[in-house]
Amino acid sequence: MLKIEGLTATVDGKEILKGIDLEVPTGEVHAIMGPNGSGKSTLSYVLAGRDGYEVTGGTATFDGVDLLGKAPEERAALGVFLAFQYPVELPGVGNANFLRTALNAVRRGRGESELDAMQFLKVARARMKELSMPEDMLKRGVNVGFSGGEKKRNEVLQMALLAPKLAILDETDSGLDIDALKVAADGVNALRGPAFTALVITHYQRLLTYIVPDRVHVLMGGRIVRSGGKELALELEASGYGAPQAA
Amino acid sequence: MAAVTETIETVQAATEGTYKWGFSTDIEMDYAPKGLNEDIVRFISAKKNEPAWLLEWRLKAYAMWLKMEEPKWPSVKYPPIDFQDAFYYAAPKEGPKSLDEVDPELLKTYAKLGIPLKEQAYLAGVEGAGDSPADARMPIAVDAVFDSVSVATSYKERLAKDGIIFCSISEAVHEHPELVKQYLGSVVPQGDNFYAALNSAVFTDGSFVYIPKGVRCPMELSTYFRINAKSTGQFERTLIIADEGAIVSYLEGCTAPMRDENQLHAAVVELVAMDDASIKYSTVQNWYPGDAEGKGGIYNFVTKRAQCRGKRSKVSWTQVETGSAITWKYPSCVLLGEDSVGEFYSVAITNNYQQADTGTKMIHVGARTKSTIVSKGISAGHGQNTYRGLVRVAPTAHGARNFTQCDSLLIGDLCGAHTVPYIENRCLTAKLEHEATTSRIAEDQLFYCRQRGLTQEDAVGLIVNGFCREVLKELPMEFAVEAQKLLQISLEGSVG
Ligand SMILES: Nc1ncnc2c1ncn2[C@@H]1O[C@H](COP(=O)(O)OP(=O)(O)OP(=O)(O)O)[C@@H](O)[C@H]1O
Ligand SMILES: [Mg+2]
Repeated sequence: MLKIEGLTATVDGKEILKGIDLEVPTGEVHAIMGPNGSGKSTLSYVLAGRDGYEVTGGTATFDGVDLLGKAPEERAALGVFLAFQYPVELPGVGNANFLRTALNAVRRGRGESELDAMQFLKVARARMKELSMPEDMLKRGVNVGFSGGEKKRNEVLQMALLAPKLAILDETDSGLDIDALKVAADGVNALRGPAFTALVITHYQRLLTYIVPDRVHVLMGGRIVRSGGKELALELEASGYGAPQAA
Repeated sequence: MAAVTETIETVQAATEGTYKWGFSTDIEMDYAPKGLNEDIVRFISAKKNEPAWLLEWRLKAYAMWLKMEEPKWPSVKYPPIDFQDAFYYAAPKEGPKSLDEVDPELLKTYAKLGIPLKEQAYLAGVEGAGDSPADARMPIAVDAVFDSVSVATSYKERLAKDGIIFCSISEAVHEHPELVKQYLGSVVPQGDNFYAALNSAVFTDGSFVYIPKGVRCPMELSTYFRINAKSTGQFERTLIIADEGAIVSYLEGCTAPMRDENQLHAAVVELVAMDDASIKYSTVQNWYPGDAEGKGGIYNFVTKRAQCRGKRSKVSWTQVETGSAITWKYPSCVLLGEDSVGEFYSVAITNNYQQADTGTKMIHVGARTKSTIVSKGISAGHGQNTYRGLVRVAPTAHGARNFTQCDSLLIGDLCGAHTVPYIENRCLTAKLEHEATTSRIAEDQLFYCRQRGLTQEDAVGLIVNGFCREVLKELPMEFAVEAQKLLQISLEGSVG
């Protein structure tokens, strides 16, 4: 279970998260929606441990293990995965090399054996086929020259390969065409199961017709201001965030 | 007891840092008296039974050196060098022998360094040829230079079948005097510069390669330089000649024990490429860089130059410079032949208190000559990294082309990167392009990698290797892997 209590955090001295309370039971997928600038990405960075995002209060645990005191790579080894809203380019670093390094780092963390280049290629090719990604994306530099949609798909590929226990998807649907959106949703749904927990950040109800969430939360002004079932997303789509108390 | 051992090991690990080649070998050595004078030059020449002409050549160089001054223009700082406070000749007592008779202590040293001296049966499919993983690779012919002398050269007989000469330069002086006489100093004359003059006077060994007309060398050739003795300078001289249509790839590696003192390494490398010949010269420079406080390390003051004498000849320099306290080196190409090509691909890392002033000179003389320069400088800690390059185009070099790209990567705020490009173009039809960038490893790149499970150090290693990719891909495959590891090791402790 992901359990966040009274979490406050500042960026550059400015308080962005103002007391987040959130529980995602193991095996569930929750959606987070909310206006631009409300703190959704900030929450994901805080959970993943990005430098510069300073936790000033509260706690966040995953399966009872404190996340906030750990280095980003330690959280990754615990099974925390963040699909970035803006995936980062690594010039000159081959995508295949990056993916294999990441996979082996996580496998080491789990006490599993590392994959050699051949074993890795076999696994990677299979996943890419499922995600209908062209194979030459393995040869290119990480995200370098990728289109917006390709970058997002590359995030989904990484998630599929790393098979995290807790996935945080930050607007993975933004920039995806309709087919890619389905493929990305399939990627998440394929992982769904009793041991997979996810936070799906999105602006669009459309994604949630493919990834049907167990709960939907509204993040505004650094706080969760509303929570509900999957129908909440539909309601927000119809009436916006303007009158959160109206219903 | 266990606790004590553990403590000792911990302290050792901490003080030895990450330089894994820093051990020294205990072996009986033969030294010249300390210091430098005409008698020392004579001593070295006599030790090697050299012909009179070579002694004369050395003495002339020595006389020139006496009148010269140390170059002051490089952007490097170091206390004055006392040239009298070093040994100019140090060689294992047991002289060079056949491969089977090499001192086991030396064999052990090279095995520890991962250098295969043992010949592997050259024909594919022969079993039991090698017994270590290093032997299982493509055969590589190695000339092993230990302090002042070559101690072994492998695959000589096999190469001789193709008419290829691969031996120590001392041996070449005796076995192939006409070639040595013709080419020695023909690319880097004795009086070229202060360190080249010093080298010409006191050079002790190095490798000699001659590839005859039309022959493609069937394996990688390499020389592995090891400085072992204390207070000793290493002055090696390498001469490679590729005759018409010949093709050769050569690799140079080097390491030294960790010592508190600075040791001087002043080499000269001369390459000659005739019509349609091609020489690929790769260096993985891993001299001891000194400790984290900047104590000790090798002064690497090297003159490397190639002459593309023939039409359509090609010389490609690739260097990965991770070691040395100070590096001063500009592998250059003089493009005389029409349509000849010069390339320079360089990665230079300076961490802790290392300083590097390195780059190249591309001298275009022949028509339609082409040169490419790709330099990647990485500075971390208090490291200072200067790219210094000259592109000179003579009036005769119609249609000459040059492309230069210099990229600098900074890690931390205490280091420095400098780019000093000189362009002298005296030909209207020449086309020269220059690009330069300076960047830092971005925080979001590090975070992205770490989120995927990489440690901070692995993340830096990955990003730096990506930054250097254009250069690393020029290295022969197996060395590219080693170079990648080396880059990462060199940067250990540079972040976090
Ligand atoms: N380095 C920073 N300095 C100051 N303010 C910052 C910094 N980084 C983020 N912020 C602010 O924090 C707030 C929350 O940003 P965040 O990226 O978490 O929003 P978001 O909910 O993900 O928005 P979007 O839907 O547009 O992605 C914004 O007002 C943003 O301007
Ligand atoms: Mg956001």
